[in-house]
Amino acid sequence: MAQAAEAHAAEAHAHAPQAFIWRYVFSKDHKVIGIQYYLTAMVMALVAGLLAMLIRLQLAWPEADWAFLGRILPMGYDVGGGFGVMKPEFYAMLFTMHGTIMVFFVLSTAPVSGFGNLLIPLQVGARDMAFPFLNGLSFWTFLVGSLVILASFFVESGAAAAGWTSYPPLSALPGAVPGSGMGQTLWIVGMTFFIASFTMGGLNFVTTIVNLRTRGLSLMRMPLTLWAMLLVAILGLLAFPALVAACLMLVFDRHFGTSFFLPDGLALNNMPLVGADGAPLHQGGSPLLWQHLFWFLGHPEVYILMLPALGFTSDILATFARRPIFGYKSMVGAMVAIGGLSFVVWGHHMFVSGMSPYLGMAFAVGTILIAVPSAVKVFNWLATLWRARIRFTTPMLWAMGVISLFISGGLSGVWLAQAGPDIHLHDTMFVAAHFHLIMAGAALFGVFGATSFWFPKMFGRMMNEPLGKLHFWFTFVTYYGTFFPMHYVGIAGQLRRIYDPYQYEFLKPLQGINQFITVSAVILGVSQIIFFVNFIWSAFKGPRAGENPWEANGLEWTTTSPPPHGNWPGEIPEVHRWPYEYSNPEAPKDHVMQHEPAPAAVRGH
Amino acid sequence: MPAEVLQKAPSPGGPDRVRCAAPGGGGGNGSPPQPLLADPYRFGLWAFLGTLSMLFIGFTSAYVVRRASPDWRPLAAPSLLWLNTAALAASSVAVEAARRRLKDWDLAGARAWLGACGLLGAAFVAGQLGAWRVLRSQGVFLSSNPHSSFFYILTGLHVVHLAGGLVWFAVVLSRLARVSYPPGEEGLALFATYWHFLGVLWLYLALLLFVF
Repeated sequence: MAQAAEAHAAEAHAHAPQAFIWRYVFSKDHKVIGIQYYLTAMVMALVAGLLAMLIRLQLAWPEADWAFLGRILPMGYDVGGGFGVMKPEFYAMLFTMHGTIMVFFVLSTAPVSGFGNLLIPLQVGARDMAFPFLNGLSFWTFLVGSLVILASFFVESGAAAAGWTSYPPLSALPGAVPGSGMGQTLWIVGMTFFIASFTMGGLNFVTTIVNLRTRGLSLMRMPLTLWAMLLVAILGLLAFPALVAACLMLVFDRHFGTSFFLPDGLALNNMPLVGADGAPLHQGGSPLLWQHLFWFLGHPEVYILMLPALGFTSDILATFARRPIFGYKSMVGAMVAIGGLSFVVWGHHMFVSGMSPYLGMAFAVGTILIAVPSAVKVFNWLATLWRARIRFTTPMLWAMGVISLFISGGLSGVWLAQAGPDIHLHDTMFVAAHFHLIMAGAALFGVFGATSFWFPKMFGRMMNEPLGKLHFWFTFVTYYGTFFPMHYVGIAGQLRRIYDPYQYEFLKPLQGINQFITVSAVILGVSQIIFFVNFIWSAFKGPRAGENPWEANGLEWTTTSPPPHGNWPGEIPEVHRWPYEYSNPEAPKDHVMQHEPAPAAVRGH
Repeated sequence: MPAEVLQKAPSPGGPDRVRCAAPGGGGGNGSPPQPLLADPYRFGLWAFLGTLSMLFIGFTSAYVVRRASPDWRPLAAPSLLWLNTAALAASSVAVEAARRRLKDWDLAGARAWLGACGLLGAAFVAGQLGAWRVLRSQGVFLSSNPHSSFFYILTGLHVVHLAGGLVWFAVVLSRLARVSYPPGEEGLALFATYWHFLGVLWLYLALLLFVF
């Protein structure tokens, strides 16, 4: 039966679609879909990055006159009388949409949907994903979601403004602020499309990894990237439905008069929300219910961003340290533990919500437990690097950047994990600093590392190394320059979502440090141009890559760059070992690939 | 196992640092294919049912939280619901009977039983809408009280998934009608799994809404 499937696949390979539209637009080929996802995510990253620049300008010079910005973005600035001062409600839309787009449409999409689709069939040794049509459908669903989210900037009342967490009552009362109107509706619709797309992708991921592995590829021979993808897909399938349920109830609260999240006693513009008979329109609902459901997704979502980056890092590290990854089994165990614990710690986002201190303690203990598998990963990475003859390529720099951010972001996590310190730090810039380092930063650096590492399998060419290194160093230095001082600003008490911090006397001395952060952030933003130039130039003009330019061991390096439709021109290779066989003193060369039969020198032992 | 001699490395290596001495030096061309763990379609369906379960578990937790608030006024179950439940249970029995008939190469019987399953499923959908009408005539609407909100939303969500199942039913029936020899049972078995899941889900929802 399997042989028949093989013959069928070979036949399918011969009949790869030829028309441009079926080959590159409505493609069912996992590599094309992966690149489509990746490019869409990068466009979204550009938008969300520009939003972040506007946020930073506002925080550094809140009363400055940005007349030219007012001309470009008339909805966001008061330009009457020649002044270009940002409107407060526009500021709320900026941080809401920056968070939403970055978390879901960039950092969940580029590593998971982008690289997951590109790499999973190549690393498991399959001709394509288990359900190629579903895979194509998933991308187009995602694209619709992205367009809906982008469109929300252009509706009259503006984009959603209740934060990326969309807490009710702000998000549940369409009349609360301008952003609570049509913008919030579009937020819900866009997120629904995103979740549907992510679910289709997740079904493909788990099925492909569980069922379509090639001969010899046992679970404990899988590269850690594959393990990460498997866990991420499981997390997504189990966590996102909670947000679907919450969004559905939010829609009914917003438009059909139910009271899931809305308590009584609400007032809007100093008018109590009552019906014609004087009875309250809503009663008995619990805004905290939304928080519980949102964070039941929200916390695993953090690891959906993180785990792929950790997987990429392990694979890149082993390749360029020319060492087997240290403690493979404990690496797998650590990722499983992080994924499992992520489901029981959501309450640490809600320490100030008035929960029972005993419950808070349970959430705090669970959260601090995550430090154990995280430390296991860090020590394994350091042990992999210890006394290795490191090749400092661009992907290697990014991987080491991930480790650096994972450590520095993890340390502040230990503070936030405990209810006591968190009550002081909650909703301050300290939290913003923490999650930008560990979650956003590690995921972003992971994506850049994976891009330069697997670029040959995307476009058949190498990225430019000097430009890559330049981009890395600019990004690394300015990333810390942006987010490290934010810790101090947060400890000093600046809240993370206020439009003008300096309306408070005690925050006035922070303007200088905020200006430093903004300058750093702008350099960070501008230096991304290096990446885009390098990416586009290399995709068309980069030097051609061979099958295995990095002398790596995984199955994806056994086929041409880029791989053909069907992934291998001939038979699918069989796997004989794990992908970390580097510098084995008994092997004739410094690495033995997964598919190579044992060389004579390694025989017997 | 391949016809190679596999030996585990002593200990310093990681897992699967296998030294293999291949007598022929062959790359596995002669080794028998490793059987797949399970049918991908069956596995994918169960993964989907897993994510669907989480959706209703999410609603369950909301339900449990919301029920504790003082404005909760329990709703009396329209008696039509129990008739609907019987119809859905019968449709599950019918699809099992269809599978038996197909196993015995009785195509006509399989079609008849599958048709019965679809009719009973459609009757369930109509019956649920009927239950909504009954409640409306009693003046119980979506926003009347939290219990009625949950009732309308949960039954609605279940009916939507059942309607999706009826589309799938039409596809399976048309395949069964077109072929003149017994096709693989996998398609029908997958559909049956989904259908039984929806039946069990309905029982769970009915118990959650009106018993516990």
